[in-house]
Amino acid sequence: MKYLHDIGEYFIMLKKVFGRMTKTSVLRGLIFKEVDDLIISSLGIVVFISFFIGGVVTIQTALNLNNPLIPKSLIAFTARQSIILEFSPTFISIIMAGKVGSNITSSIGTMRVMEQIDALEVMGINSANYLIFPKIIAMLLYPFVIAISMFMGIIGAYMAGVLGGFVAGEQFLNGLQNDFISFHLVYAFIKTFIFALILATIPSYHGYYMKGGALEVGQASTTAFVWTSVVLIIANYVLTQLLLS
Amino acid sequence: MIDVKNLHKSFGSEEILKGIDTQFYKGKTNLIIGQSGAGKTVFLKCLLGLFTPTEGTIEYNGSAFSGLDVKEQRELRQKMGMVFQGGALFDSMTIEENVMFPLEMFTKQKKTEMMDRVQEVLDRVNLKNVNHKFPSEISGGMQKRVAIARAIVNKPKYLFCDEPNSGLDPKTAILIDNLIQEITQEYDITTVINTHDMNSVLEIGENIVYLKNGNLAWTGSKDDIYKTDDKSLIDFVYSSDLFRKVREVQLKGL
Ligand SMILES: Nc1ncnc2c1ncn2[C@@H]1O[C@H](COP(=O)(O)OP(=O)(O)O)[C@@H](O)[C@H]1O
Ligand SMILES: [Mg+2]
Repeated sequence: MKYLHDIGEYFIMLKKVFGRMTKTSVLRGLIFKEVDDLIISSLGIVVFISFFIGGVVTIQTALNLNNPLIPKSLIAFTARQSIILEFSPTFISIIMAGKVGSNITSSIGTMRVMEQIDALEVMGINSANYLIFPKIIAMLLYPFVIAISMFMGIIGAYMAGVLGGFVAGEQFLNGLQNDFISFHLVYAFIKTFIFALILATIPSYHGYYMKGGALEVGQASTTAFVWTSVVLIIANYVLTQLLLS
Repeated sequence: MIDVKNLHKSFGSEEILKGIDTQFYKGKTNLIIGQSGAGKTVFLKCLLGLFTPTEGTIEYNGSAFSGLDVKEQRELRQKMGMVFQGGALFDSMTIEENVMFPLEMFTKQKKTEMMDRVQEVLDRVNLKNVNHKFPSEISGGMQKRVAIARAIVNKPKYLFCDEPNSGLDPKTAILIDNLIQEITQEYDITTVINTHDMNSVLEIGENIVYLKNGNLAWTGSKDDIYKTDDKSLIDFVYSSDLFRKVREVQLKGL
């Protein structure tokens, strides 16, 4: 029952987000700020993680493919597939649920407990639109983050594979281009797009409807992280089933 | 003037306000008093339209909030200023931006016009050299002043204050009380203040509404309070020795 209520409340919130719009000139400023807070500030960690995980995936693949009959180019092929299909869209999104998600929940939650949301409502402002809409729009740039992650993952894979002496540079580049199915990229970016919406809205929900004080803001961030991850994983399964099989 | 008729408000099965009839007058500081948890904030949020009454009506100069369409409700909201208990200033904005916010959202004024008005109200609440500071960089008393400045910047007809001097030292508290009273008279607005601070009651209580257990238990002015023989009000107001002595002196003098 509680879950049904929460899901209902979530959709009521979404309806409110797309209800009466905030003044355009104000909204523009808010969107730029969110792009900075949610997208730009995440790039560093995404580049860092992607580079090293790309490398690790390659080393592990190389160590497992020690049968001389299997061409070394398969290392690059496998790394590419794991990075594009799963690692960048899903794994990075779970990390973003922690980074972007807790930023969203705590900033909106703090405004709730400090009565700043009430202050907006009193002035006749649609607080859901004012606070959440700019985050959703900013998160439309999230696919670029994932594209950068894919790129860095593959750079990491190349460095680990070639500089680590597991595979020759030319073989790696061959493997990278082997059996390239462009729909896989489409699939990855459809996922990413849906994940962006989940990353923007579920943490917003947990902040927007929170009750209590400063302590509860912390708890709400944790709960938001758990639920965002759970929904991401389920959405990942459903989308993969729908798009790939 | 605000006319409250048979106001009920429940959350689930818990009835917080149990049928309140009262008026709040223009140009006066109207006080809602009562113990912590008496329902003062809930009452104020009903007046603001943040909570929908379970039953009853609230009329603002004769028109009921519930009878207005969405656009008219929004227009009415823009005639309301609110000072929240903790100030509710926006942390990410400077003092100047906080005060300018209602103008930016709701008027088509030029930036220079807005700046002039912001400076005018900041001067009015006696705040100097804080324009470019953030709320976290100024004292609690100053935050309250900013909150008042933001509440009056768009020239409201109604001003609501939730415990405006909670968390302030007694001297600053009186200054804030007096400031609100002066502004109320100068701008001729209907001001409603929640408080459980007896200093405020005896200082600025022009029309006092005493809430107890969700009911209106007493109304009157600060002068009436000295004369009252309402047992529960006396208990509440004169809860300290000092106030009991003040009452004795006042009664002798009358
Ligand atoms: N949004 C809400 N939902 C449920 N109960 C509430 C809500 N707001 C206030 N209450 C309850 O109403 C009662 C009165 O609270 P309040 O108006 O804040 O008292 P105070 O007189 O101290 O301002 C409290 O028991 C509180 O728990
Ligand atoms: Mg209160």
